[in-house]
Amino acid sequence: MYTQALDSPAAGADEASEERERLERFQARIDRDEKIEPKDWMPEAYRQTLIRQIAQHAHSEIVGMLPEGNWITRAPSLRRKAVLIAKVQDEGGHGMYLYSAAETLGVARGELIEQLLSGRAKYSSIFNYPTLTWADIGAIGWLVDGAAIMNQVPLCRCSYGPYARAMVRICKEESFHQRQGYELMLTLARGSEDQHAMAQDALNRWWWPSLMMFGPSDAHSVHTAQSMRWKIKRFTNDELRQKFIDVTVPQAEYLGLTVPDPDLHWNEASQHYRFGEINWSEFQAVLKGEGPCNRERLEARRAAHENGRWVREAAAAYAAKHQGPARAMKAGAGALS
Amino acid sequence: MSAAVEVGSAQVSLAERVEYLLRLADTSLIAGQRLAELLGHGPTLEEDLALGNISLDLIGQARLLLALAGRIEDNGRDEDALAFRRDAPQFRNMSLAEQPNEDFAATIVRQCLLDAWQLETYESLTGSREEALADIAHKALKECRYHWRFSAGWLVRLGDGTEESHARVSAALGALWRFTDELLTPDALDARMAVCGIGPAPSLIRERWDTRVSATLAEAKLPKPPHRHYPWHGKRGVHSEHLGHLLTEMQFLPRVYPGATW
Amino acid sequence: MNEDWVLYEVFIRSRSGLEHKHVGSLHAADARMAIEHARDAYTRRQEGVSIWVVPSSEIIASDPGEADALFEPARDKVYRHPTFYVIPDEVKNI
Repeated sequence: MYTQALDSPAAGADEASEERERLERFQARIDRDEKIEPKDWMPEAYRQTLIRQIAQHAHSEIVGMLPEGNWITRAPSLRRKAVLIAKVQDEGGHGMYLYSAAETLGVARGELIEQLLSGRAKYSSIFNYPTLTWADIGAIGWLVDGAAIMNQVPLCRCSYGPYARAMVRICKEESFHQRQGYELMLTLARGSEDQHAMAQDALNRWWWPSLMMFGPSDAHSVHTAQSMRWKIKRFTNDELRQKFIDVTVPQAEYLGLTVPDPDLHWNEASQHYRFGEINWSEFQAVLKGEGPCNRERLEARRAAHENGRWVREAAAAYAAKHQGPARAMKAGAGALS
Repeated sequence: MSAAVEVGSAQVSLAERVEYLLRLADTSLIAGQRLAELLGHGPTLEEDLALGNISLDLIGQARLLLALAGRIEDNGRDEDALAFRRDAPQFRNMSLAEQPNEDFAATIVRQCLLDAWQLETYESLTGSREEALADIAHKALKECRYHWRFSAGWLVRLGDGTEESHARVSAALGALWRFTDELLTPDALDARMAVCGIGPAPSLIRERWDTRVSATLAEAKLPKPPHRHYPWHGKRGVHSEHLGHLLTEMQFLPRVYPGATW
Repeated sequence: MNEDWVLYEVFIRSRSGLEHKHVGSLHAADARMAIEHARDAYTRRQEGVSIWVVPSSEIIASDPGEADALFEPARDKVYRHPTFYVIPDEVKNI
């Protein structure tokens, strides 16, 4: 869709050819695997695509704190509680790194958050599903973080420098997320009958939504082709989804759990698992706001934002009274330590 | 580990040592649980990360202290048995720790008053004759210094910020101040612990806490509330109604599935 | 009323002996808060022993449009590099 904007005729013939040359030089840099940095010239469509994608990614991290945060106060051991706090906290940190990367493109975090809270921005559909039992925390770590890692590792090589650097940091930190989820599932799968059933139920509910995380199939993906040309994206949705299924099915077997797909089978010729039809109408409905928890998730984010306003104002007012941010409360303020 | 510690003429029983450790452990645990509620709901993303870090420190302290209490008790209870299988009257946390997060001001005031107490207490406990406790105190002290830096900074910003923030933080201070009586008024157990060199001298904690908190209140332009006698002490198992609800939520899984491992 | 905080850039020294390196940015209302936020966000895994924070607006950056003028002239000054000079093998310690 953004390519249309590029094709629109410029004011004069000279300007048009100049613009074309700049675009060619830009594409040549990308083709040489050079990184694009914030102050470099870039096509407006490239900037907008990145803002949209990075912001969606950041929003997903922030909204993603909620379904897991739902179980922090109820974690069944102190070790699990500490792990879950650290994980949810990491997600907040990742949201922050990503908003920072988006800010280098000239858009303020406040503006992006406003888009999220007003319902204009998208975030990953997976976080609109409820966490109903403790096993859901394991399933999210194992499947949702597993799918996220598949998506994110290639982004470490994205053509936009700040995004790529944020992703390097995020991937490094996330490596424990999937492992803790799998360990949790393993404990349940090998636990009592009740616990095993809890784990199977969680897999039943999270399997298909996890597959949907990779986005629509390539035939229906609006942004894939241009994003691949710009090296914002390195693999197609379907390639990544297949890769995820291929690595995850044997992990489910090890747990002694059944993947809820009667059509799932190994195909010797292609060396891939074949899987059943994804319910894309559910995916579209959840994206449009009709998932089980869309309303609750946005309400929670709005409440945090509204309830925090007086706090943000107070800190800004304090800083203003004490002659600007850099001079108010010196970094090392001894009087308070 | 020997059942009783003998110092001069004073002798402290095993039960008393465990009881004292539970006061410290439960205070960290309950305060950590309260802060953990806020993750994902803070006023900014940065504050979410900060409160999460403090919560993790507190839960980490609780785990070490509960495990130590369990070892001294020698009755087969580990950190989780102590955290998840006791009823409210058996908890020994300071009542201040269990007070709810009514707004960010209430959270900051609670943390500030508690952080100052923990900081002075652990500083003193680094010299405890309960050696394993002294080791834990060395670690906890560094954490508490940061907690105090964070919460005191916020107390000043809120007190000297806007009219609204000043009103909110004043209200929170008014509501929570009565619980400081428990922090600073020693009972028989505190006194015995001090005499035998396990716990700090109560007068020292009171004096240092008062100096620290008074200076920060002054900087925050908040008048110090008058002292109020308030004898219902969580450290002796007499809690506010809030603790029962907090535990109901925290303990539900191990109680529904007794004997399960997680 | 203003509720916007200032954007700060964060630099971390990962261990003593190394230089501070840019790691990202964050929002804070004042300098002290910026240090605390940097600590809480960027050193959760022992990534640092020292932190610098600078308001982003205070950073003065070179213009990529001038990159040719600024950096190309250094390109042909190969004589600044030790490998430019040919010294016979039998000469030692040079």
